Amino acid sequence: MATELPRKEAAVIGVGWAGGIIASELAKDGIEVIGLERGAERTVDDFIMQKDELRYAVRYDLMQDLSKETLTFRNDRDMRALPMRQMGSFLLGTDLGGAGVHWNGQCPRFLPYDFEIRSQTIDRYGEDKIPDDMPLQDWGISYEDMEEYFAQFDATIGTSGEDNEMTAPRSTEYPTPPMVETPAIRMFKEASSDLGLHPYQGASANLTEAYTNPDGQTIQQCQYCSFCERFGCDYQAKSDPIITVIPTAKETGNFELRTHANVRRISYDGEYTDGVYFIDTRTGEEFFQPADMVILTTYVMNNTRLLLESEIGTPYDPDTQSGVIGKNYCYQIMAEAQGYFDQQFNLYAGAGALAGQLDDYNGDNFDHGDLDFIHGGTIQLTQTGIRPINTNPVPPGTKQWGSEFKEANAYYLFRTLSVGSQGASMPYVNNYLDLDPTYTDRFGDPLLRMTYNFTEQDRNLAAHQTQRMEEIMQEMGANEIVANPDIGDYNIMPYQTTHNTGGVIMGADPETSAVNNYLQMWDCENLFVVGASAFPHNSGYNPTPTVGALSYRAVEGIKQYYENPGPLA
Amino acid sequence: MADENDEQNSGISRRQFLKNSGYIAGGLVGGGLLGGVFAQNFLGTTDAPDIDTDDEVDTTSPGELTQARMFFKRQEDFDVLSAAVERIFPDDDTGPGAISLAVPYFIDKQLAGEYGFNSREYMEGPFFEGAPTQGPQTGLLRRDAFLHGVRTIQNIAEDHFDESFFDLESETQDEILEAFEEGEVDMTGIASDEFFSKLRTATIEGAYSDPVYGGNLNMDGWRQIGYPGSQMSYTNVIEEEEFVEMDPVSLHDHHE
Ligand SMILES: Cc1cc2nc3c(=O)[nH]c(=O)nc-3n(C[C@H](O)[C@H](O)[C@H](O)COP(=O)(O)OP(=O)(O)OC[C@H]3O[C@@H](n4cnc5c(N)ncnc54)[C@H](O)[C@@H]3O)c2cc1C
Ligand code: SF4
Repeated sequence: MATELPRKEAAVIGVGWAGGIIASELAKDGIEVIGLERGAERTVDDFIMQKDELRYAVRYDLMQDLSKETLTFRNDRDMRALPMRQMGSFLLGTDLGGAGVHWNGQCPRFLPYDFEIRSQTIDRYGEDKIPDDMPLQDWGISYEDMEEYFAQFDATIGTSGEDNEMTAPRSTEYPTPPMVETPAIRMFKEASSDLGLHPYQGASANLTEAYTNPDGQTIQQCQYCSFCERFGCDYQAKSDPIITVIPTAKETGNFELRTHANVRRISYDGEYTDGVYFIDTRTGEEFFQPADMVILTTYVMNNTRLLLESEIGTPYDPDTQSGVIGKNYCYQIMAEAQGYFDQQFNLYAGAGALAGQLDDYNGDNFDHGDLDFIHGGTIQLTQTGIRPINTNPVPPGTKQWGSEFKEANAYYLFRTLSVGSQGASMPYVNNYLDLDPTYTDRFGDPLLRMTYNFTEQDRNLAAHQTQRMEEIMQEMGANEIVANPDIGDYNIMPYQTTHNTGGVIMGADPETSAVNNYLQMWDCENLFVVGASAFPHNSGYNPTPTVGALSYRAVEGIKQYYENPGPLA
Repeated sequence: MADENDEQNSGISRRQFLKNSGYIAGGLVGGGLLGGVFAQNFLGTTDAPDIDTDDEVDTTSPGELTQARMFFKRQEDFDVLSAAVERIFPDDDTGPGAISLAVPYFIDKQLAGEYGFNSREYMEGPFFEGAPTQGPQTGLLRRDAFLHGVRTIQNIAEDHFDESFFDLESETQDEILEAFEEGEVDMTGIASDEFFSKLRTATIEGAYSDPVYGGNLNMDGWRQIGYPGSQMSYTNVIEEEEFVEMDPVSLHDHHE
């Protein structure tokens, strides 16, 4: 029997960026909020010894413990899904602050095109441009209507950056100036300018100067220390939830945080939720947390899984292409061109979001009339700071061990530059999430099952981006360029990116979407499901500013609902 | 200076035991009890101390006190491991090799803990062979894979060359390792190329991880590639055109 706890007005499940933003905004408004986080508490004192590649970047100290919970994976429906036994392709967050603690902090906004992708594609190229098996959907809200929420997120985290004609229009200045231009980044920008492209310094949550946000939280100045992606920042210079929204929530006195609280079920009577069941992972004891409103912010995987396990909303069925939960799982189509140079660059220095970048081949910024794909991807030369275990850039054909390897590695380590594209990922009827019939987590609950592979669209997009990047590398004067235009089948092991999206998508129609444009569930009006799970497709950019903006959008809906319960759209 | 009494108070050391028991004096080195390689480890291969000296000077540095086996029970397994990682990361013109960097001790320590037990990985069955895109699917723990791997290396050396792996010429050692790399060796529960890849990765980790883990001794793994370790800040060099070399620092400098 679950022990019943005192009722709260709002229960936020999972306290990362999305949960932290929502908790802080509701608590500021006087709403009594409890945050239930499965992982441990975490403060900046945890990061004093953070400059340890093996522990954090290789053994994934800050990430989800897969012995307790993972997912299963197969490329297509004819394969047997097998557990992701080790982490690889993406790195799931856990503990207070979630993945927001060990992100890079690259902060682009999605394009206006993204929010109305279906209508704009049809307007410009006609209905035939969209393949039958691509459930491409508008998001149910325009960028124009989303802009104020993007601005709120930027103000909270202090985004550093500079304007560019190819990026989404802004109503406010970047709160802090752009990051420094390193010699390698300058080379990239000069080469791409010479090719007629429009490079700029990427938007960043590694701040270039100390910044105090509207809530009074201060973020410090980045030291380009290079232990950024996969690490917590020991300088408090990378905006993360534990130095911004979570302390803001706590300071209101209206926010109670409960860690080691692993939510297993959302209680649902077919119309409303009245709270959630969780296990205290330290003792195994089960609790029921009653709440007037539940906000689910456990990231893509568990947002989808908890709805399926709680039987809220209709599960997606790929045979009939009906149902919504688990639909439109998308990822990111990564491509790369590596160049070898004579010159040595100070590549051991860097920051997670230090990048020269261009969007000439992103969104619909270029004509797709004669191309066999839609959308594109941002192209970047990032200088995140290389670390020696994970970076051994020896030219192809070099023996991978012995003296030949040692010598090549020592020579090329600081003479290799890489230009990468984060390609957009379009939905496909057979790429989806459901519950695994065989494998379970430590509580005996079914694991999430991911069915996913790259499509023709993805392969064509990646090949196109690779060619563009080779042109840039050539112009940069590389002696030798290595690029593979063929992305093959999706493989769950090599790290690609932690930009998973979809599963609980937003839209204007309950038949084709799970949540409305306030992230309120069509099938459960006092349940809001927030995160990249709401993206109907993934853009050619990092997702978090759009997650942040949707969180602020949801806040507005939740506040309205609190005053005046009922469907919001 | 240690005298007889001190030696006894602190318990008899292996060194003292060997000395007292006359194994060294008698020139009898090797055999089951002491292991064929005791001379290598305790006395150094080329530079055996004069065992007749009565004055025992303990020259062990505090760092070396952490150099003992936590995982590998048999000396022979550890010696095969050492010889193999030295081929993967040899002593050469680029810089010190795996043994000088204490990589075997690093691997031994890693296998003794979380890494060896695959503690943070999903290890529930049922186990099936998956597609290459589905990642590792073996139920074999890393510690067992490494033991099985080094013993398979040794078996091949003995079967084909009638010698221990660590006594073979380096070219022959390489041939054996290449057979593993190519997946040509029969193993149970793991393909030989997977084992080789684990061994290679562990070697690279031992050469380039922070010295706190017992490898990368004296930061010489980092020095030979010009990696400056865990500096606090790069605001001074981030915009520099010229390559800036600096002496590496490690976590030890971050810890008070
Ligand atoms: C290495 C890395 C680099 C990245 N770099 C960038 C970048 O440069 N730019 C960018 O835009 N994005 C980046 N991302 C992605 C970014 O981190 C995520 O988009 C963002 O953190 C998502 O926030 P979230 O709040 O939705 O989810 P999360 O941060 O994952 O938070 C979810 C929280 O829910 C908790 N939780 C899960 N299940 C349960 C449960 N059952 N019960 C209770 N609690 C639960 C988790 O423990 C976690 O704390 C990166 C990610 C990684 C891993
Ligand atoms: S690079 Fe900058 S933001 Fe990133 S961890 Fe270092 S100091 Fe912090």
